[in-house]
Amino acid sequence: MTGALPGPALDPAALGRLLPLHLWLAADGTVAGAGPTLARMLGGGDWRDRPFAELFELRHPRPGTAGGLAGLAGARLHLVLRRPPHTGFKGFAVPAGAGGLVVNLGLGAGVIEAVREHRLTERDFAPTDHAIELLYLAEAKSVIQAVLRDVNGQLEAARSAAEEQALTDNLTGLRNRRALDAALARALAAGVPFAVVRLDLDWFKAVNDNLGHAAGDAVLQAMARALGAETRAADTVARVGGDEFVVLLAGVAMAAEAEAIGERMLTRIAAPVIWEGREARVSASVGYVLSRDYPRPDADRLLGDADEALYASKRAGRGRIMPGRAPAALRAGRPSRPAAAAAAAPPPAE
Amino acid sequence: MLGLVIRAFQRFIEDTYGAAAAAAVAQRAGLPVAGVEAMRIHQAGLAEAAIAAAEAVLGRPRAGLLEDFGTHLVSRPDRPALRRLLRFGGAGFRDFLASIEDLPGRARLALPELALPQLELEDRGGGRLTLSCRPPAPDLLHVAAGILRALADDYGALVVVEPEAAADGGPVLAIDLLDARFAAARPFALVAGAS
Repeated sequence: MTGALPGPALDPAALGRLLPLHLWLAADGTVAGAGPTLARMLGGGDWRDRPFAELFELRHPRPGTAGGLAGLAGARLHLVLRRPPHTGFKGFAVPAGAGGLVVNLGLGAGVIEAVREHRLTERDFAPTDHAIELLYLAEAKSVIQAVLRDVNGQLEAARSAAEEQALTDNLTGLRNRRALDAALARALAAGVPFAVVRLDLDWFKAVNDNLGHAAGDAVLQAMARALGAETRAADTVARVGGDEFVVLLAGVAMAAEAEAIGERMLTRIAAPVIWEGREARVSASVGYVLSRDYPRPDADRLLGDADEALYASKRAGRGRIMPGRAPAALRAGRPSRPAAAAAAAPPPAE
Repeated sequence: MLGLVIRAFQRFIEDTYGAAAAAAVAQRAGLPVAGVEAMRIHQAGLAEAAIAAAEAVLGRPRAGLLEDFGTHLVSRPDRPALRRLLRFGGAGFRDFLASIEDLPGRARLALPELALPQLELEDRGGGRLTLSCRPPAPDLLHVAAGILRALADDYGALVVVEPEAAADGGPVLAIDLLDARFAAARPFALVAGAS
């Protein structure tokens, strides 16, 4: 029964409605007909009866490879329009009787450019063509990307606001400068005695230069652990610069107590840090002041004097702790003494 | 509820009633101070809180407020995204209506989290169509009324869109298509910036 049915007979107009991007080639390789959308893209009417090869460049399969025009039937085709804008097409051809071919073309992933360049509308596509869905999706995607960019911008702003408010140093987990300032202000307001100890690593630059920044980071983290081990919960340990630290020792009123704690810190800091099987050795120079030595202590003065003491330690040969000199009346004549444990800090490995 | 929707509602309030009104609504609704996150699924109550707060702060009935929100969604020339996406539904308003049942599927292609209910369009003859959704979502239909009016305008079609109570109790939107080509459509190119 089915064998007796004739094949579907389509007139060119019906074929054009069904496949608006088709091309009908005669046996001699000239263009006998085209779907309405492709006709528009070919521009004007002079395409009719012209050789296919004049209108399109065949990129795949390479021309002349097998069997001329008839050899195109059944192959995946890739064509490019010879006239601007040189639109690319995917194609597929079937024999159409009398040695001719019907080639159906599609715009593939180039559909967005083709729609823009040829000013196509939805009426130019077959209702079953997914081109409109593809364009819709491409547009929806860019809308959603814009939303995500907004979201990312918001998150970035929230993150920098949070960082602005953060009290913790990222690398070491110690308190940061902001937290130290707050702790100092609280201690001053409470009026209880405390010591301000400033520490600066010796030979740290050499570690960075010789073993790299990752090793330097490991040393800073070891430093943080050393300071943490010698302090109590009520104390504040802060990293205030690259390799600069400040410790607020709550309730410490005596120089001997501050120095004992400082020397224990120095001992721990002098222990070598093993990083990727290599030793990094540093020491620290330390200066401190006692709030009790000041009739009216203020934060800047305490930090400044402790810093001066720290530099005195550096000048005196590093690896030691020294008291601040101010106020002179109270501290006059007091000898400074080097910390025994780390008196002569060796340079780092290499 | 996707944060994007709540943000669009907030923007509607701000564009229409001003920043002070928007702030009052956000505060009354208890919206996050840092802003609603667009791509997060928020608890269902958050959208309801925003609508209720807008009703109270602005002293406007819910239905009218939501219809205006729908119109705002597609009629701001400076925010053409949704209008453009909807116009992919068809070349004319009639084509658009014919494809409206595909809309939730298309929306899902673009943004799976949006979760629109199923839309049902019924042709009652004589140019009257009705739109309902399943499960019933009266608020969504009010927003849809605003969108359809603005979009009909965009297509140059003359329509009357009014909510009505259906016989079986569920809310429906009655769409009377008086003239599908009443005025020139606003231009629409398949690729933005191509026309």
